[in-house]
Amino acid sequence: MKFGVIVFPGSNCDYDAFMAIKTVIKQDVDFLWHQDTSLRGCDCIILPGGFSYGDYLRTGAIARFSSIMKKVMDFAQDGGLVVGICNGFQILLEAGLLPGAMLRNTSLRFICRFVHIRPEEQDTPFTNLCRRGQVLKIPIAHTDGNYFIPEDGLRQLKENRQIAFRYCDEGGNVTPKANPNGSLESIAGICNRSRNVLGMMPHPERASEKILGSDDGKYIFESIVNFFNQKK
Amino acid sequence: MSIEKQDGFAVVYVRLKDGVLDPQGSTIERALDDMGYQGIKQIRSGKIFEITFQKDGGGKPEELIDEICRKLLTNPVIENFNFEIVK
Repeated sequence: MKFGVIVFPGSNCDYDAFMAIKTVIKQDVDFLWHQDTSLRGCDCIILPGGFSYGDYLRTGAIARFSSIMKKVMDFAQDGGLVVGICNGFQILLEAGLLPGAMLRNTSLRFICRFVHIRPEEQDTPFTNLCRRGQVLKIPIAHTDGNYFIPEDGLRQLKENRQIAFRYCDEGGNVTPKANPNGSLESIAGICNRSRNVLGMMPHPERASEKILGSDDGKYIFESIVNFFNQKK
Repeated sequence: MSIEKQDGFAVVYVRLKDGVLDPQGSTIERALDDMGYQGIKQIRSGKIFEITFQKDGGGKPEELIDEICRKLLTNPVIENFNFEIVK
């Protein structure tokens, strides 16, 4: 299986994602440049974290118009696997590949620390190796991670079981205190209706080896490989 | 491109929609309260864009500015906009 990590001007988790894929889950991986016009046969596209275009205007608003994004949108529409992590999630929202928008954290602060998240759905390409009720320890690092969606949009997310992750405490309880940024319904990650596009604020690539403080992020990358191999 | 006297000029105002949480606005509100301004009931933050454009570019300036607002300057999930063509 071949992964592609897109490098936008201002991406800063591109190498982390690359290394997690190459050395931890041991899959083929290539960097894709934002000006590229081909996805070079990649089976899963990662939009990494960072501050593309300095977060100017709105997070992800400018990166979403990069030439490679046209290809990513076609790829996603054809059922291709796409994962947006942090700034990558913000780009997917701006591109309309995922519903909703990001607001500033309620604390107005940049928050960089480990949080706990609960995978809410197991039947996605990104969470199929997670157990029901499992709690993952994965770090966040963002200023604009306060997920918002209007009421009817939220209803649809729930009806179609698109809420992939919620912030929770160590014991798996979703509480206001365990919500780091004010996200609606403690939402930490969502997928699209056809379940081939995932956006999440926590950084699984930063939690892919024990030496980093947690290797729970592996579940997400390994789920993707598992899904891909089963499909084959 | 240099700015010429005969160029058009528009001002775009972007506001958060009603009901969308505005952490920056609420923080400013609390600061004003701390400073002793007790009559302030609400602050909502927004953005202004000043756009200078070539008038002979063809098409109506209203349509051009409206398109720019929809495509890039605002996110329709959380923001509303209006604009004035000043000249």
